[in-house]
Amino acid sequence: MYDMKALYQAASVEDAVSLRMAHPEAQIIAGGSDVLVQMREGKRAGAELISIQTLDEMRGVSLEEDGTLRIGSLTSFSHITRDPLIQQYINVLGEAVDQVGGPQIRNIGTIGGNTCNGVTSADSASTLFAWDAIVELTGPQGIRRQPIGEFYIQAGKVDIREGEIQTAILIPKESYANCFGHYIKYAMRSAMDIATLGTSVNVRLSADKKTVERARVAFGVAGPVPLRAVHAEELAAGQPVSLELAEKFAQAVKEDIHPRDSWRAAKDFRLHIAVESAGRAFIESVKLAGGDL
Amino acid sequence: MSKSVGKSAIRVDAYEKASGRAKYMDDLCGREALIAKICHSTIAHGYVKAVDTTAAEAIPGVVKILTCFDVPDIPFATAGHPWSTDPSHQDVADRKLLNQHVRYYGDDVAVVLAENEVAAAQAVRALKVEYEELPFVLDPQEAMKDGAPQLHEKYPNNILAHSSVQRGDYESARQEPGLIKVEGWYDTPTVQHCHLENHGCFAYEEAGRVVVVSSTQIPHIVRRIVGQALGRPWGQIRLIKPYIGGGFGNKQDALYEPLCAWCTTQVGGRLVKLECTREETFVSNRVRHAVRTHLISYVRPDGTIVARKFESFSNQGGYASHGHSINAKGMNTTPQLYPCANVECDSWTVYTNIPVGGAMRGYGIPQAMFAAESHADDICRTLGISPLEFRRKNLMPVGFTDGFTKNELYHDTFNQCMDKGIAMMDYLRKYEDYKNQTGPVRRGVGLAVFWYNTAVWPISVETSSCRMVLNQDGSLQFQTGETEIGQGCDTAYSQMVADAVGVPLSDVHVVSTQDTDITPFGTGAYASRQTYIGGFSIIQTGQALRERILNVAHEQTRMPVSNLDLVDGQIVRKSDGRVLKSLGELATECLYSTEHSQHITAETTAQIKSNAYSFGCSVVEVEVDIPMCKVELVKMVNVHDCGRLINPALAEAQVHGGMSMAIGYGLSEELKFDPKTGKPLNNNFLDYKLSTMLDHPTLEAAFVENPEPTSPFGTKSLGEPPACSGAPAIRNAILNATGVAIDVCPITPHVLYRKFREAGLIEE
Amino acid sequence: MHEIQYQTVRFNLNGKDVERVVDVRASLTDMLRNDFRMTSVKKGCEVGECGACNVLIDGEAFNSCIYLAVWANGKKIRTLESLLGPNGELSDIQQAFVDEAAIQCGFCTPGFILTAVEILESGKEYSDAELRKLLSGHLCRCTGYENILRAVKKTMYKRLGKDV
Repeated sequence: MYDMKALYQAASVEDAVSLRMAHPEAQIIAGGSDVLVQMREGKRAGAELISIQTLDEMRGVSLEEDGTLRIGSLTSFSHITRDPLIQQYINVLGEAVDQVGGPQIRNIGTIGGNTCNGVTSADSASTLFAWDAIVELTGPQGIRRQPIGEFYIQAGKVDIREGEIQTAILIPKESYANCFGHYIKYAMRSAMDIATLGTSVNVRLSADKKTVERARVAFGVAGPVPLRAVHAEELAAGQPVSLELAEKFAQAVKEDIHPRDSWRAAKDFRLHIAVESAGRAFIESVKLAGGDL
Repeated sequence: MSKSVGKSAIRVDAYEKASGRAKYMDDLCGREALIAKICHSTIAHGYVKAVDTTAAEAIPGVVKILTCFDVPDIPFATAGHPWSTDPSHQDVADRKLLNQHVRYYGDDVAVVLAENEVAAAQAVRALKVEYEELPFVLDPQEAMKDGAPQLHEKYPNNILAHSSVQRGDYESARQEPGLIKVEGWYDTPTVQHCHLENHGCFAYEEAGRVVVVSSTQIPHIVRRIVGQALGRPWGQIRLIKPYIGGGFGNKQDALYEPLCAWCTTQVGGRLVKLECTREETFVSNRVRHAVRTHLISYVRPDGTIVARKFESFSNQGGYASHGHSINAKGMNTTPQLYPCANVECDSWTVYTNIPVGGAMRGYGIPQAMFAAESHADDICRTLGISPLEFRRKNLMPVGFTDGFTKNELYHDTFNQCMDKGIAMMDYLRKYEDYKNQTGPVRRGVGLAVFWYNTAVWPISVETSSCRMVLNQDGSLQFQTGETEIGQGCDTAYSQMVADAVGVPLSDVHVVSTQDTDITPFGTGAYASRQTYIGGFSIIQTGQALRERILNVAHEQTRMPVSNLDLVDGQIVRKSDGRVLKSLGELATECLYSTEHSQHITAETTAQIKSNAYSFGCSVVEVEVDIPMCKVELVKMVNVHDCGRLINPALAEAQVHGGMSMAIGYGLSEELKFDPKTGKPLNNNFLDYKLSTMLDHPTLEAAFVENPEPTSPFGTKSLGEPPACSGAPAIRNAILNATGVAIDVCPITPHVLYRKFREAGLIEE
Repeated sequence: MHEIQYQTVRFNLNGKDVERVVDVRASLTDMLRNDFRMTSVKKGCEVGECGACNVLIDGEAFNSCIYLAVWANGKKIRTLESLLGPNGELSDIQQAFVDEAAIQCGFCTPGFILTAVEILESGKEYSDAELRKLLSGHLCRCTGYENILRAVKKTMYKRLGKDV
């Protein structure tokens, strides 16, 4: 039995927005794997909840006319992993969210919830950062789109404004076309864990597979919010594919990341793993893109 | 007589558990129960000055709030040891139902009784506890220093106990010219049992007595402790044990039964349920003692150990619980496992401001084996000799007898177990192959053995009682005081009973629920004692029942008892093998006889004055990804000599479980505390890294069956031994793979990172 | 003190349409255990980290402790109780748990079996590594998972008509 003051169940996205306006203090609950846990801990005890859990219109993956990949915010991790569009265009996202918690958590946890809680360790976040995802928010004024990098304000805080709910995650065609990526979740056990460090790399190679046209890398838990390592990306762009480049790319991520010491892991350890993971994920991405290493 | 024993019979409770019908504590509790929630200390050390209950009492649904100022002034001991009538052997009574002097973050300050769990939780949050904070100490060696914060008045420097063992003359022996000194400090962590069913209990009054239904391993002992804690005659307490979702030693303590029992007396005997959350289970139940061990060995170049020094410091936490017996047991392995003429051993158990150390599968031996077996490989590395040959040369020889327990090594068990283990692993080839690797990813194999006892004699009483009741159809019920908590003793006992009496297994019905009003006395599940100890009372009671049955058979058939036998539920005339009647026919006729009606039952108590060595080994292969600081278990083998197997399938399953616990101990599990506040940091299943199915390799268990001569069934301990040698075997495999000796477990990536940097395997 | 909110929930439980008025604060675990006495649904952590309370909702495994009871509306929910035959016969996967000695204390068993049902109903053949991953949302302290894996694997092959 949860210590909940009231539960408002939204019947539609529009209804959810109205409920948000009517109960500004209320917390949105999507899958529940974060909100209910916090409520039980006492952190959110006594809160009002707006449940959007039953809004099936916010589930599923589709391709928009301009080629944008649209992931409904309530799509569960397991459904993302199994989705043919995801597998075709951004397989790494399916692989990343297939490492969240365990199977039951992946059935309830949603990509919207994973990003809206603003946590740096979210397994979807680093990949969404690395693929320049756009967050779609629906509010009383209609739809607002925002790059994911701007959506995260600080640890635990995202840019959801009065009356808004997050309704989709979008990946523009330019972002995914001919891109191949790899995600490394570094954790203390192989399941049911949060990332000590998450590293997501993707590359686009030239037609002859000899040159890196574009490389992108983002990390979770390398700072208070997920972040991109732009120095490494700039260093790799336009360079010939080689193991030396992978090593330089890996070392360059140190320019941008700033993990902290906590009881979960030390800063120097996280830095070391970030460099090692960046190199490995880069090599793996190049191989997936057809590069020879 | 062996028809059932030795076979892989299906568990007697398998259907109930596979169908979901098995009822555990919470499944049995009435929905009308008042919910008890404990308010735990939020400081590591200090005094409760006042508890303001005003706001909490105003919450609708709150029925009663009881604080540390309300409880009876009766200190009591919680350890699940058999009682001793000798006061010097009794456990330390150092806590009350709720404590004004709080000694760890999570100590029990007050309890709320409410009509529902939300009100109870709200009320606990609404209590305002005023503390006078005292300095605290988390490390045992720090706690021993003069001027350290003092936890219990009667124990200066926080030393709960110190014991030592001396053999020969260590100081002179180590002067021998040419000896090589090998020294190490070995650290093991605070870990928790993590049985899937949290501890919980419910209590109510009936006919002026207190009835407690509890998730416990030790119903008869807990009944005594509840009586002691409440200051009531023990006969006024009734303890009932239903199905139990695992215990591993945590429930070998009186946990919250005394508090719950007292709560019901404070609300007029109403039903009160006290169920721990997972977070409470981690902090406010019991943990395995973290032990720091210092070992010095003086060895000859050929590997002969000449002199040895052992010191260990055990972190007891805030209260005594099982206290020193655990560290003392660990120390006692030293002169036995690798016997040496000149030994000096000291062990200290020290109070600190962390959660309370209690019994946990292995009872001090996983700590001692991590030190001893890591140290053995450190000696091998120093001398450049093979870990296998070192063990063959120095381990306890056949015929070795321990002066205290009178335990004897009757067979060449160690070599037999190691031979089997290394063959299954292909250890010798791999050990050589893995010697000079250079790449970032390397493999290694490691070996470790263990030492274990069976049961607690001669330290404490060993007694077991059994009752058998024959039904009209020739089937029978039996009860023992020994407790099924998941390990499978009900099944093993049923097999023993079938053979002891001479009936088919299908005619044996175990009464699994234990009720101290009904169940004969026994002390319960601990010390890997039950299969061994229960065997004595079962064989004795079985013989008594047989005697009665055969006397009745004599009355009914006029054949002399000496010519009668009971085989497979049939009365057989020995001289010609003819079946005279079935046991069912005999029983019906006997009960309803108008001439001489009898209800055939038997009940006896066996006192056991023996103990038995139990040995084995773990052999592990790892793959170490050096830059990633990760260890993958490739293969793991455990070989055990637990005497004759009563049920091979269940024995194998139990070994798997112990190996799994050793994997966590070796690689991932540790309960951590904030050094600034003493607050537990990871008391939940997300942050405490219990291994998942993905973290396990295929587990292989094998046995060497040397029958134990002191046991009527040839059996000895198996419950705890599988958890004892896995962690050092993993550690030694990492050493073989990388050349890096790691003297701390769990060997997490954090530890590997630091060690690999020190060794120059990864760059700064 | 605010008013307690109640809501009517209609769903299909183990093949039967049911209806209950529930306190909106209840978890699905609470409702199944208290209102329907489905005691196979166990409480091990209450935060979705152990898998003991696992049930199948529309064929997928969910930790019922972190699922609100009111969300059950319109769903098909299955607990371990649904697997028994009309005369109490164990299903193949339950029997495999019995035969492979995959049960010890029994507390994680119902949750594991239901995830196994989801795996088996996919009709796919999985490698050991895949099965380990699919079963990794359940913690067990007794078995080292070894015999649980054997039981699931054996049943998978049996249903696929293949030898182990």
